[in-house]
Amino acid sequence: MAENPAVPPVLNADPRLKVVDRAMKRLRYQPDALIEVLHTAQEAFGYLSRELLAYVASQLKLPESQVFGVATFYHSFTLRPKGEHSCIVCTGTACYVKGAGEIVTRLEQAVGVRAGQTTADGKLSLGTARCLGNCSLAPMLTIDDVVYGPETPDSAVEKLRSLVEVTDELG
Amino acid sequence: MAAITLTINNELIGARQGQTILDVARERGIDIPTLCHLEGLEEVGGCRLCLVELQGSPRPVPACVTKAAEGMEITTHSDKLVEYRKMLVELLLAERTHTCSICVQNGNCELQTLAAKLGIDHVRFDYLHQQLPMDASRERFALDHNRCVLCLRCVRVCDAVEGAHTWDVRGRGSTSRIVADLDRPWGGSTSCTDCGKCVQLCPTGALFRKGATVGEMIKERGFLNRILERRRLAAQRRSA
Repeated sequence: MAENPAVPPVLNADPRLKVVDRAMKRLRYQPDALIEVLHTAQEAFGYLSRELLAYVASQLKLPESQVFGVATFYHSFTLRPKGEHSCIVCTGTACYVKGAGEIVTRLEQAVGVRAGQTTADGKLSLGTARCLGNCSLAPMLTIDDVVYGPETPDSAVEKLRSLVEVTDELG
Repeated sequence: MAAITLTINNELIGARQGQTILDVARERGIDIPTLCHLEGLEEVGGCRLCLVELQGSPRPVPACVTKAAEGMEITTHSDKLVEYRKMLVELLLAERTHTCSICVQNGNCELQTLAAKLGIDHVRFDYLHQQLPMDASRERFALDHNRCVLCLRCVRVCDAVEGAHTWDVRGRGSTSRIVADLDRPWGGSTSCTDCGKCVQLCPTGALFRKGATVGEMIKERGFLNRILERRRLAAQRRSA
């Protein structure tokens, strides 16, 4: 496959591309398998780069704009690299009434990015989710998939201190 | 084609099987407002302006994608429908920034005409005042997201008629935007052929020819049905 002209230079010889190629082959390069291919690509690479999207589009013979449209429509796809660590604050109903909103605001101030973004140094991705299924721990959050709760804005900031530089001053 | 009979606004009307309610109504000179609909393009039923009341249906149905059927009883204009249509246009006006006085399309704009026709003299909703970018990177044409109503005419004509599929929509809901290729500046698009079909079909001033003055913005749309007719004839010749 090294001679495949469709492979962009940045992806050439990337072993993760094999996983994507295998998935497309298994699905017989059917254009309507796009979503499944994008899932595989994101699992392999962690996010969907422009180069990767262009490659998938060319292999499935789909217009680039259509692939981009699908990749941006669904929340489960991300077009930016994820941080080394992730912190997800639950904003489901139970957590929300117990003060999840304040936790999110405080964490956003502490790490300097909005929920849904990754810090400039690539250390931490801050996110929210509508109910992680641990309402008895409300308000709860996860750090690298480990569940913590109940939390306060201060206790949440403390937990992130070891992972990323935090600002203590309140907005 | 089988003939059917239906009632529109208490008038008994004959139609052909396969026609949409909109086709039938327009043939009879009944004016149902539309925005995303354009003869020659595939219907999307997105703007909802052509909603009509159908006896026996719990909610209004879009006339552009609802096939006429035997015995249907349809109302195209009622207080409720007019109110819905006004609200829809007001919501469009509130979502982006439609300032007619500084728009090249002023006087030749379908959204403006529609609002005037519906007697919209104010908008009951708060304007979002989004500061959206403008893409003037293409040599001959430009795109101003602030004037886009997401009717998808550009997306459809580029895909089905030009065959380039340069345009599509990214995101969802109120954050949706028209994108070229992988959200490149239009000028850097490798699939765009510069044909200008999207510009001619755009109902507002979102897609426009650079350097055009207001008087030059009357759009030429005859090409669409001419091209489709020629293709139909060519296909006929091939199969003959």
